[in-house]
Amino acid sequence: MQTTMDIFKKRKLTYTLVFLAFIAIFAGASVVAEFNPVDGISSFPAAIQWIAANLIPDAGAMERFPKILSELLETALLSVAVTVVAAVLAFFFSLLGSNITKINGLLKRAVRIVAAFFRNVPDVVWAMLLMFSFGQNILTGFFALFFTTFGLLTRAFIETIDEVSSNCVEALDATGANFIQKVFQGIIPSSLPGITTWVLYMIETNIRSSTLIGILTATGIGYLFDLYYKRLDFASASLVVLSIVVLVLVIETVSNKIRKVIL
Amino acid sequence: MINETVAVATRPLSGEKSSAAVNLERFVNRSRNGKIKIGARNKSQLAVKLLVLVLLSITVVAFVTFDYQGIDFGQAVTDTLHNIKTVFLEPELSRDTVGGVLYQLLVTFCLGTLSTLIGAVLAFFCSLLCARNIAHPVCVNIVKSVVAVARAVPTVLWVLIFAVSAGLGSVAAVAGLTFHSFAYLTKAYAESIEEMDHGVIEALKANGASYWQIVCQAILPSTITSMVAWTFMRFEINFANAVAMGAAAGAGGIGFNLFMAGSFYFDLHEMGLLTYIVVIAVVILEMISTKIKAKVK
Repeated sequence: MQTTMDIFKKRKLTYTLVFLAFIAIFAGASVVAEFNPVDGISSFPAAIQWIAANLIPDAGAMERFPKILSELLETALLSVAVTVVAAVLAFFFSLLGSNITKINGLLKRAVRIVAAFFRNVPDVVWAMLLMFSFGQNILTGFFALFFTTFGLLTRAFIETIDEVSSNCVEALDATGANFIQKVFQGIIPSSLPGITTWVLYMIETNIRSSTLIGILTATGIGYLFDLYYKRLDFASASLVVLSIVVLVLVIETVSNKIRKVIL
Repeated sequence: MINETVAVATRPLSGEKSSAAVNLERFVNRSRNGKIKIGARNKSQLAVKLLVLVLLSITVVAFVTFDYQGIDFGQAVTDTLHNIKTVFLEPELSRDTVGGVLYQLLVTFCLGTLSTLIGAVLAFFCSLLCARNIAHPVCVNIVKSVVAVARAVPTVLWVLIFAVSAGLGSVAAVAGLTFHSFAYLTKAYAESIEEMDHGVIEALKANGASYWQIVCQAILPSTITSMVAWTFMRFEINFANAVAMGAAAGAGGIGFNLFMAGSFYFDLHEMGLLTYIVVIAVVILEMISTKIKAKVK
């Protein structure tokens, strides 16, 4: 009985300590970021009210719907194209970076560092950098998304291959299969479900990211939102938001269905 | 060759065995010219193949229909390489001091922390409402769809939307970042709760434990490890997002310095140094997160 009480006491103490730590971190961070919690809390209902009152598409917004739709289609195509090209390249790279298929340790390390570099340089930086040379072009967004997607997918594929393929590659090794045979008969069939899951996830993420990059580089659906937003044409801006939401939800639903069949 | 041996093997050898061989033949899957198919027909493989085909054709369509505005691709690539060289090989601070930049990094870090903390607390309560094993099905469906919609709106749009009513600054940034992390974490937490052993909850219910006793004594202890892992992963994302929000929505922190250096002063050297600082910070966070994940597992 004593020990049970002790467990509860200890648990209560831990909860209290964690709670106090939360409050301390929260207070410290609020001071540094000049964040006023009262303002923050009061801004929530105000924002919700404002959204309910202003973010409703009207007749004027519906006139712009065809334009929004064509930009939306372009964004969707862009994120698929970026993800597919990045995935193909990342797959070859991840073969060099995986523990199972690596050619040598040095190359493996190099691949991992390159992937980490591309993954961690913010896409905002890529976007601004490319803006200088490519200007307001769809290729600016393409390459900005491409670099980060490539870095992320290389890491993800390396992990997938390491996790899934080791047994069958070992078996193929025992039969004397060469590198090409190992890749096509062992690695691709066994890691394809994992890889497609990652690709589907990245397509969804890239649609959201492309909005951000569009705002920075004045291209695509992000630019359209920014334009209406800065013109204070919130009705049209809300239509842009709604169409992005619908697109993301559709892609999410489709990829969930596909995932269920694959896995 | 193979075809021939197979044919020999299935040919009736004697009267007694012939019926068995004929029966077996029903289970052999042959192609049109009599070869035995090795790979079993599999729904998931077919789906993957179909998906790859669809994605590849969408990519081709995308490249064909893009409006390139007659860009001089070679020139652009050379310029880009030159800029990449300036940014990453010649980093230099000209406008800010090292201390100032590090302070801005701390501000970004705090924006990420605040939004993760608030998001996590809200998400925990919300996940109690939408975990299938402890909440009412109607409630689950409503909350899950609301959260899915909130998740589908890009973070930057949330920040800009909040900026209209709260003004550009840390309040809008934290509110916007919080909204998206809240939606993301609610889904993650709810999945952790759904994965937990149902027997624990049932045992406490049988003992007459109240709702909050069940939450504090069963749900929290058994899901806390995966929740911590998810929260820290979200913190990494929030840090990166806070950098982006500083650049795209004027939310302050090192992202705003990046934006000013890149799009206002066109100072690529400074942009390089700021980028390196962000990259180092992210790599450190990633290392900590990997350690935490390893410990949790």
